[in-house]
Amino acid sequence: MSGVPSSPPVADGTAALSVSGLRVGLSSGPAVVDEVDIRLGRGEILGLVGESGSGKTTTALALLGYSGPGVEIWEGSLELDGTGVAMDESMRSSRGAVISYVSQNPGRALNPALRIIDAIEDLLRAHGAPGSREEVARKMLDTVGLESTQAFARRYPHQLSGGQQQRVCIAVALSCDPAVVVLDEPTTGLDVVTQARILEELVRLRDEQGIAMVYVTHDLAVVSNIADRIAVMYAGRIVEEGPAASLLATPRHPYTRGLLASIPDHVNPRRLDPMPGTAVGVGERPTGCSFAPRCGQRTDACTAAMPALEEIGDGRAVRCLHWEKTPPSESVPLIRSSRSRAGEAPLLAVENLRAEHRTREGRVLAAADISFEIMPGACVALVGESGSGKTTIARAIAGLHEISGGTITLAGESLSSLSYRRTVDQRRAVQLVFQNPADALNPRHTVGDAIARPARILRGLGRSASIEEARRLLERVRLPARIAARFPSELSGGERQRVGIARALAAEPDLILCDEVTSALDVSVQAAVLALLDELRDELGVGLLFITHDLGVVATVADEVMVLEKGAICERGRTEQVLRHPQHPYTQRLLAAAPTVAGVGSDSGRAG
Amino acid sequence: MNAELEQDPLAPVGVAAPPAARVPRGSHPVLRFLLRRCAVGFLTLAAVSVILFAATNILPGDVAQTVLGKEATPERVAALRSELHLNESVVARYGHWVEGLVQGNLGDSAVQVAQNAPDPSVGSMIATPLVNSLILALIASILIIPLALVLGTIAALRAGKSTDYAVSYGSLILGSLPEFVVGTFLILLFFNELDLYPPVALVPPGASPLDNPEALVLPLLTLLAASLPFGARQVRAGVVESLKEDYVTVARLGGIPERRVLSRYALRNALPASIQAFAQTIQYLFGGIIVVEAVFAYPGLGNLLTNAVLTRDVTLVLAIALVIAAVFVVINIVADLLVVFLVPKLRTGLK
Amino acid sequence: MPAALRTRRGVLGIIVLAFVLAVAFVGPFVAPHPIDVPVGPPGSGPIPGAPLGTDFLGRDVLSRVLHGGVSVLTVAAVSVLLTYALALSIGMFAALTRRRWLDTLLMATVEVLIVLPPLLLLLVLISGVGTSTAVMVIGVALVLFPGAARIIRAATLEVGTTGYIESAISRGERMPALMRREVLPNITPMVLADGGVRFLGAIFLVASLNFLGVGSQPPSADWGLMISENRQILQTNPLALLAPATMLALLTISVNLLADSYAHTLGRSGAGR
Repeated sequence: MSGVPSSPPVADGTAALSVSGLRVGLSSGPAVVDEVDIRLGRGEILGLVGESGSGKTTTALALLGYSGPGVEIWEGSLELDGTGVAMDESMRSSRGAVISYVSQNPGRALNPALRIIDAIEDLLRAHGAPGSREEVARKMLDTVGLESTQAFARRYPHQLSGGQQQRVCIAVALSCDPAVVVLDEPTTGLDVVTQARILEELVRLRDEQGIAMVYVTHDLAVVSNIADRIAVMYAGRIVEEGPAASLLATPRHPYTRGLLASIPDHVNPRRLDPMPGTAVGVGERPTGCSFAPRCGQRTDACTAAMPALEEIGDGRAVRCLHWEKTPPSESVPLIRSSRSRAGEAPLLAVENLRAEHRTREGRVLAAADISFEIMPGACVALVGESGSGKTTIARAIAGLHEISGGTITLAGESLSSLSYRRTVDQRRAVQLVFQNPADALNPRHTVGDAIARPARILRGLGRSASIEEARRLLERVRLPARIAARFPSELSGGERQRVGIARALAAEPDLILCDEVTSALDVSVQAAVLALLDELRDELGVGLLFITHDLGVVATVADEVMVLEKGAICERGRTEQVLRHPQHPYTQRLLAAAPTVAGVGSDSGRAG
Repeated sequence: MNAELEQDPLAPVGVAAPPAARVPRGSHPVLRFLLRRCAVGFLTLAAVSVILFAATNILPGDVAQTVLGKEATPERVAALRSELHLNESVVARYGHWVEGLVQGNLGDSAVQVAQNAPDPSVGSMIATPLVNSLILALIASILIIPLALVLGTIAALRAGKSTDYAVSYGSLILGSLPEFVVGTFLILLFFNELDLYPPVALVPPGASPLDNPEALVLPLLTLLAASLPFGARQVRAGVVESLKEDYVTVARLGGIPERRVLSRYALRNALPASIQAFAQTIQYLFGGIIVVEAVFAYPGLGNLLTNAVLTRDVTLVLAIALVIAAVFVVINIVADLLVVFLVPKLRTGLK
Repeated sequence: MPAALRTRRGVLGIIVLAFVLAVAFVGPFVAPHPIDVPVGPPGSGPIPGAPLGTDFLGRDVLSRVLHGGVSVLTVAAVSVLLTYALALSIGMFAALTRRRWLDTLLMATVEVLIVLPPLLLLLVLISGVGTSTAVMVIGVALVLFPGAARIIRAATLEVGTTGYIESAISRGERMPALMRREVLPNITPMVLADGGVRFLGAIFLVASLNFLGVGSQPPSADWGLMISENRQILQTNPLALLAPATMLALLTISVNLLADSYAHTLGRSGAGR
């Protein structure tokens, strides 16, 4: 607690952290992270951004001289606070004292057998902190905005909320007054309101104490709010680096530009512009630029050799031969013509729906008094945080959760909430696309079988006709028909989600329920899936109920939105209306907390 | 025996669903847990008694005829039948049995009744063997628990190294062997070859097994060889799991000394799983005792049981099975209770 | 299960198991003497014509060892098949049924059966109904299936929350199709791993019953029974105990090596999830 009151970044000569020539690889051969140089001034926040497989977490752990099982730090020289340290287990005494770490999942990062005060005291003890450990530990709780009473300090981790747990993790990390804190996706598991509070807290701590931070995330919108500088990683290398505001406003690397164009934004709803192709895996990286296969401005030179990270002035650096040709980000505003046909009878009508969960303690209300309609061809979003009951509502409509009150009506016919009480045609009419691409498809069935089965059972197609249909649908969702013979394990997450959509289409449904279908995907893949769904809706006139927690996704796809709070709809309306002029305090809070990249480019942002 | 227990080391044994599910909300969660757990244990015993009784009465075999032999006169058989209530319905006989159990009477041995023994009550027949068996089981448990804890932990901490291979392979091979095969090998080695210990562990009537400790060496070694591998492997699995936890990595990244990371983070949280493992190991050991007593002619409950099965003395078999079931239920309750004390989340019962 | 052969202990296991199976199933055809005729004085050490000596009745130990594996292996194998017929149908059904009370009832029964050690339960059953091969097969299956059913139910429940099962339920697949098409293929690796351990358990139980004298009856030849019969000639011909004990040890060790190797490769590849 040096208590440096200055505002960031402190511009004295020595860096809080500097690493150069970092190479980390698998014990079995290929490099995971290569040519990484990072310099972090005192009190500076660096956003280390990348999609899954980019090597960002491996890099973060390497900064503490740590590599997971099967991973080795091959090369790299590290200076902490001006002192060189070897990047291996000999760093043990520096860890926690000079550089500390906050992990992604606070629920699992805290020892369940230790009271939170003991968790903090353990670290103080390990680094021989002077003074009364209990006093310091209690003060740390206060520092991160928690109660510092004895009663609270004596709680166990399971007695805290997720947000409180993460604050305790931050208190542990800060307890020995480190120069640098590495935060690995610290808010990913938390809801947006809690996330916003933790981010504020981090900025305050940096301002008050001058701690430098490396904030690792997949979410450009999150770091755009707090980072002074941003480094974008792709396939194990930093491809672009620079001050946050200028990097976001004028991305120079085509990947950074593509990433920005993929982020759905609720403030400036715009058409998403997905990047072609998928990220290369470790060990499959080409000799030249890793991004070349997906790049629109590729030349022969790009595939010949890996470009160097080139300084381009203004503190910016970019790893692209043709960075000057990268077109400026364009924002095509979304023109949403309502495709629902007014005056028609509603496709789906839900009235006074009530659903409960059975737990060991008894029944818990999941949703109450839910009433809404979906017109044919309309896209309605149901938005809420985890535990708001949104998934339960979707499952009841899909025939997977028995409701305890209310009615569901499909095209005028009453619909049971249990699929086995529905007619074949009712089962055909409503299809569900699932959240988790990892288990949406049976790993033991080929992709073709998975799609053909509903066509056979629900539409009565014959064997060969259904297989033909499966191949047609694969092409419909922009996948090659030949993957019909593959198994799900051979596909990427985005490809599996497309197969899941094809399986839903195989029933020729009138209504598709999409339950957080993109929440497990990287943003660039999410953009492509959202674009596909939008296209299908145009062509097939199918109604969509879109379940999500992401207001950006809502802004991109939905005609209408319903906001769900604790099992009840608190606000509903046309999407633009609700997002621009929220009436209910809960909606207002959600919107205020939701991260956005909008505005960072136009005003100077907080880094200026 | 009990080979299937090996599959899910963390699943609580016996009737216990995970204790986590059982802890009710309230001001005295531990007390309530204990009461509820005892009630469940009692219900389990009741259900066990039904199953045991049904198993022995599934076929309309004539115990009286079997016990008395083929030469017995019809009058004699008829007399024994009525003495043992064999003329009544199965339900009525179960009623008689349970009525006796409630009064602390385990019933009369058909064989003893047939031989006009002065005291045919099963209770007096099993008292001494029960004590003998408990002595054997207790000594074995006292040896096994610390050994399993130490070996399992060492193997887990040195996972993938030669110490781990030695412990893992050793326990894999030793644990593969049926008790009577181990016992036979030990007898051939220590009696035939080395002439160190006797091949039988007889205890004269009225004497204690502890009077002749030498005779206990081979039975104990056999039990150890059969049950220790099981226990050590369970402990190892628990510690290996806890070493993979995020909080262990985070503690290392916080610069906490490795020794402390292991003791306070990894092992501390592996302890509840180890306790469940010990409860299973002791049960496993009880299964093994039946065979080990037969190998060494040790006058315990297992030997009595085997003989009762051979003479078709159903009442005696039922009584012994019920006593063993009761011991198991108690072991499970104690283990669950220890786990509740060790896991703050269960102990506080909040949230 | 070729996956089991990817480790050194798996290869060792299959070689030893092949030897034991050869002895058990080819042995009866090459045994030099019948199993129930004395060939020399009781309890004699190796003599011409009887390289492993004679047993407590003067019969040829070698011939009896060659005959003594068939029954334990067959009884154990058949009871394991029966075990899984019971466990798979009950375990999957309990996990998938919409009638929660049926699940509760089935699993409560299973939990009660697990309280007692399998051998104890078997002995109780035999004391009531007597002994025979059929009793052993059915009895072993009855005492082994609860553990398997519990594991299969847990595995099915885990699979049951996945998108592909929910998708199948919402399109109206019937229970048999759900079990066979959607669940079974995904729990097969786990069932195989569990089956190896349970086969070992079945061998343990059958051999122990034979040893205790409540299984195979004299004069039949059986490794477990031979060990108890020949205790009285321990000092004159230890080979009469050593030979059958070694065969049983090789059998159980090889089965366990294979089962462990399979479970190990399963855990490493992450299959079966």
